[in-house]
Amino acid sequence: MKIDNSLPLEYSTEENNLKILGFWIFLGAEIMLFATLFTMYFTLENRIGHGPSGAEIFEITPVLVETILLLTSSFVIGLGIHAMRLGNKKAMMVFFSITLLLGAGFLGFEIFEFVHYNHVGATLQTSAFTAALLTTLGTHGLHVTFGLFWGLAILIQIKKRGLTPETTNKSFIFSLYWHFLDVIWIFIFSFIYLKGMM
Amino acid sequence: MDFFDRFAVPHPSFLIYASMVGIGLTMVAIVLGITYFKKWGYLWREWITTVDHKRIGIMYLLVALLMLFRGGVDAIMMRYQLSMPDNKFLESQHYNEVFTTHGVVMILFMAMPFITFFFNYLIPLQIGARDVAFPRLNALSFWLFFMGMGLFNISFIVGGSPDAGWTSYFPLANNEFSPSVGTNYYMIAIQIAGMGTLISGINFITTILKMRAPGMKLMKMPMFTWSAFIANVIVVFAFPVLTVLLAMGTMDRLFGTNFFTTGDGGMDMLWANLFWVWGHPEVYILILPAFGLYSEIISTFARRNLYGYKSMVASMVVISVFSFLVWTHHFFTMGQGAFTNSIFSITTMAIAIPTGVKIFNWLFTLWKGKIVFTTPMLYSMLFIPLFTLGGVTGVMLAMSAADYQYHNTMFLVAHFHNVIIPGVVYAMIAGLTFYWPKMFGFMLNERIGKWTAWIMSVGFVLAFIPMYITGLDGQARRMYTYSESTGFSMLNMVAFIGAGIMAISFALLVYNIYYSIRYASRDIGSDPWDARSLEWATHTPVPEYNFAITPQVASTQGFWDAKKNGHELFKGKYEKIHMPNNSGWPFILGCIFFVFGFAMVFSIWPLAIVTLIGILVCLVYRSFEKDHGRYISVEEIEETEAKLRGVKNEDR
Repeated sequence: MKIDNSLPLEYSTEENNLKILGFWIFLGAEIMLFATLFTMYFTLENRIGHGPSGAEIFEITPVLVETILLLTSSFVIGLGIHAMRLGNKKAMMVFFSITLLLGAGFLGFEIFEFVHYNHVGATLQTSAFTAALLTTLGTHGLHVTFGLFWGLAILIQIKKRGLTPETTNKSFIFSLYWHFLDVIWIFIFSFIYLKGMM
Repeated sequence: MDFFDRFAVPHPSFLIYASMVGIGLTMVAIVLGITYFKKWGYLWREWITTVDHKRIGIMYLLVALLMLFRGGVDAIMMRYQLSMPDNKFLESQHYNEVFTTHGVVMILFMAMPFITFFFNYLIPLQIGARDVAFPRLNALSFWLFFMGMGLFNISFIVGGSPDAGWTSYFPLANNEFSPSVGTNYYMIAIQIAGMGTLISGINFITTILKMRAPGMKLMKMPMFTWSAFIANVIVVFAFPVLTVLLAMGTMDRLFGTNFFTTGDGGMDMLWANLFWVWGHPEVYILILPAFGLYSEIISTFARRNLYGYKSMVASMVVISVFSFLVWTHHFFTMGQGAFTNSIFSITTMAIAIPTGVKIFNWLFTLWKGKIVFTTPMLYSMLFIPLFTLGGVTGVMLAMSAADYQYHNTMFLVAHFHNVIIPGVVYAMIAGLTFYWPKMFGFMLNERIGKWTAWIMSVGFVLAFIPMYITGLDGQARRMYTYSESTGFSMLNMVAFIGAGIMAISFALLVYNIYYSIRYASRDIGSDPWDARSLEWATHTPVPEYNFAITPQVASTQGFWDAKKNGHELFKGKYEKIHMPNNSGWPFILGCIFFVFGFAMVFSIWPLAIVTLIGILVCLVYRSFEKDHGRYISVEEIEETEAKLRGVKNEDR
């Protein structure tokens, strides 16, 4: 394995470069996935059947809390990558742990939100609108859940193996994923919640 | 016994029971055979756990040939059913299942693995790389695809086949109108296979962008690699649409959601639209690599540089963009209104322009060439007129006003078979014949090969041209029978005879493989066709590491330059080579996905949850695994090279 010391560790080997490019392409596919979900949502948005509309069930408080938690976590993981580049393992682990905790908090609020929807009679089966809403939110939520397990696995590896070309590569790719989920959330916040509440 | 009742076939017939027995006996025979010859260890070490792109490619090829047989049997059954009016061979339900599986199997489990076989085998060799960017993901892609294929194929003996057409339009595909688990199989098996395709798309794009030999700029890549690159970009952009679509279909069927229902706000046309947003690019995913293969073959056997390289690339890029802008032409009659239809008519017809550019480029490549009529070249020469005919009827179908006459008739069926068979299937067989010596070290018999090509073409014309006529006269597709008074019987009998002749040509292809294994010369060297690009620059059989020294190129046809113009491909000396280790986890993960898919199809939730956890455990295990691959030492390379040179032509 040839290591190029002029580059950050996560870019230092040929294999690492391939993995980062491959992941960017994967994110391209993810953009298409969410674009399809948004298309589907906008098509079905007003087809509420006998069920409630968005304006009737959306509540700003939990959504704002979720937004703040997720946006902060995205900032913190940025700090984590910065610490990683400086070679500060401990600071990096702290920032990554905070990221995951914030992510878990986001997920908690989202579950609470789903329970609320269920309570007011907006279940998966109610109408095309509710199915579209819960599927779009749920897909994002599943991505966050998957990210929590993934991040935890990386954190354990950093603790055990230190900052090697492999672990830093994994962490960097994970941070790309996490930022991506944040971007998707901004679209969900703007075009599902805010638009729906207007 | 209630639990087991769900696995029964809803409409059993003698044919299905016979296939059950046949499949059972074949499985037993395979297991006994492998055990008797003590090949389990060999199978596990050399094939199931392999991460070598060449072996994975060959496994794709085997699946494709198997599925060609299966889809072909479906086709013959349909043609026989329609060959006579009021035929009682298949009942309506069985006929529905047969045309549905024929479509899915031929597109997704025959054509897709066939082109993926070429991607796998050729891309690394053409760009001078040692393997793909992510060898293990490549194995995972194959096993996900394989398990999806397996799940789809057991449907007709366990629980019933899908019966809503390969497009599976809602509301026909919902629980009310398609009550058997067949459509669940459709949703879930294609989902699993589709994930494999998406992963391999990412893999090949990364490989092509990052692993080209020194000197091979993007505009110096061989044309097949270019076509593969564009096709994989389409894969990455189109397959996520299918993922979402199938997930929604699954939820409608299993969880009672209202995406595509007719009440509670559901919209059935959403399925048709999203299906074709994926489905139309999908046909270009199939045809562009076929174009790439024709480009390689025509330039090799015209003994000329490919004419209009840049316009070839540009036209493929234009096709890839337009492929996402034409989907509505699949349902002009379903009420979008004149304005929308006109726009999609124009975009559809516009695709004929870049395609025409490609046809003319091939013709100009031939012009003043020293043409050698080998079997692959014969297929390419049959492709040009036959495919152009299909293209012209495509432009007819693109006229939305006229489409009201053609829609859902046999005219349409004739059209898409007319582009897919001479376009894709001929390319696959031509490519297989062309690359056979590279893979296996001997050539397929040319005489039998040419007979196959001609017989196939005669069969093709007899089978599909009559359908244009009956279609214009109003014979609807997907109808399991018709009365004598319609006057369709004569032409349908001709079509059945044509299908039979095509079946003979495929049997001849199999015979050719058998014949050539027995009698063909093994002393053919590594470049039997006098070809032009890098894949022919290495030895036959290709060593595990592909190239002992990374080649350096300066044009679109490095190997030709090396042979004729004194270009030096291999500079420098041997260095140790880093290779990935074999791994069993892609196969194991694939197996768990199979069980997960099966549990989902039959709504066995405890099993689904357990297998889902199993999938996560596999992923975590993989994340913690330490594997740095291995090195092939210089001595080992020298030994292999010396041995392979002994097999090669003595004069080199």
